[in-house]
Amino acid sequence: MSAIIKAEHLSFAYQGDEDTAPVQALKDVSFEIEEGSFVAVLGHNGCGKSTLAKLLCMILSPDEGKLYINGRDMTAEDTTEDDIYDARRRVGMVFQNPDNQLVATIVEEDVAFGCENLGIPSEKIRKRVDEALETVGMTKYARHATHRLSGGQKQRIAIAGVLAMRRKCIIFDESTAMLDPGGRKEVMDTICRLNREEGITVIHITHYMNEATMADRVLVMNEGAVIMDGTPGEVFSRADELWEAGLDVPQTTELLWKMRERGYDVRLDIFEPEECAREIAKAISEKR
Amino acid sequence: MKADIAFGQYCEGSSFLHRLDPRWKIVFALVYIVALFLAKNIFAFALIALSIVGLWALSGIRAGILVKGLRPLLFIIAFTAIINVFWFKGETPLLPESWFFQIYLEGIINAALIVLRVMVLVTGTSIMLTYTTTPIALTDGIEQLLAPLAKIKIPVHEFSMMMTIALRFIPTLIEETDKIMSAQKARGSDFSSGSLVQRAKALVPVLVPLFISAFRRAEDLATAMECRCYTGGQGRTRMNVLHSTWRDLVMFFIICAFVAGIVLLNIFAPGYVFTM
Repeated sequence: MSAIIKAEHLSFAYQGDEDTAPVQALKDVSFEIEEGSFVAVLGHNGCGKSTLAKLLCMILSPDEGKLYINGRDMTAEDTTEDDIYDARRRVGMVFQNPDNQLVATIVEEDVAFGCENLGIPSEKIRKRVDEALETVGMTKYARHATHRLSGGQKQRIAIAGVLAMRRKCIIFDESTAMLDPGGRKEVMDTICRLNREEGITVIHITHYMNEATMADRVLVMNEGAVIMDGTPGEVFSRADELWEAGLDVPQTTELLWKMRERGYDVRLDIFEPEECAREIAKAISEKR
Repeated sequence: MKADIAFGQYCEGSSFLHRLDPRWKIVFALVYIVALFLAKNIFAFALIALSIVGLWALSGIRAGILVKGLRPLLFIIAFTAIINVFWFKGETPLLPESWFFQIYLEGIINAALIVLRVMVLVTGTSIMLTYTTTPIALTDGIEQLLAPLAKIKIPVHEFSMMMTIALRFIPTLIEETDKIMSAQKARGSDFSSGSLVQRAKALVPVLVPLFISAFRRAEDLATAMECRCYTGGQGRTRMNVLHSTWRDLVMFFIICAFVAGIVLLNIFAPGYVFTM
């Protein structure tokens, strides 16, 4: 499998006003994202994860370092508007605020917006929009007004808009942060399904630990740098380091960690409550 | 304030008028307005009165809604009527000559016709446009009708995009206003008592956060649109292309017949001739 996104030593600083110093948001960030993978990016507020998302979508351009999208260097001197436009056709983004990313008043019109921008003929757009709405399970809302939908439904519409453009990679910039638990589950289920069934590469930026456990790989960011990179099991097993970085770990991991501190021999890479319970029961009976 | 206010006055439906192509509807409405002002005698006005019944029948909208739509115009209608009754100098006085003012029969007829024209003008165009066309369809129709103007560098697409986004964000901003007002009330703001000036001043702490958040939304939306490959109207296609159907042709003939009817009645029908 090839890397759809490759970042090499990316750095970015927000230029402050005259009397404030520039804020270094990203420091020497390098990683590769394989096609079809599900990567979660974790970090507390202000750690640079949203800046990273904006760099990957080419809304911001890095001060230093190289960014390759589909093998193409987006930071090269000769990168044109067309190259950026082309890369944006491959990498889509779903934002945090569900209200501020929907353009049209009618659901299907909004899903069609991106395709219309690409200049796709009318009948083809129709087909793609219907398919995209089907994929996110919003077909029966096609003619509804966007502002009457719930937060989770709005995010699914935004996802459908990205899918209709046939993008292979979607970046979710804290797309679940403003939703209620129900809406969050709706969106997470959709994200997981897209990754597994449609083979879409997912980069999910979040600060919910249990969402990160669903990913194949977790990147942990702190103060503009990637401090950990590995499977959820590997990353959360290092709970002490995460706590130090001001992050939480999933509740199961926390419990197992505390068991281990008391001298029980338990694994740390378990995120299912049932499985966790079995592991604890096993450890207790062994100790007896 | 409710977030689910109806946009404009659109009434959901699938009548003959609802299904017309918005582009044609705009053209028809303009022709209809011109025809209303062509009418000169009482028979032509009778045809006008008849036309509103016809439009109402084609639209399937409840008569109550149409009457409600006229209510804000009550004052203007009454005012025009009174002015016309008293100022018009005709040939058939109705009051004894010794009175210090005079009313003529022609004045009363004239006033009645003007009132009829104003009422039909408002109701007829509302039925044809706002009651039976969604704001989005109207915007699309206007954009396509004005498309030739883009050749002389008038930003038609940008204008229609602005309209679409404005319509999209009206309910969002109303909801937000509601939230901010509640927040300010919780802090002891009073919006409902005091003089007009005091009430206006009480709104400042609502408007400031509203504007700030609107700008933030605008920035977010711009980023989102850019991410969705929006680069302006150039090379853009539409999913829903407007189609003219047989209905538009039928309506075209109806409107033609209406204009022809008024012109013919003006020329051939005897009777009272309306003078402006």
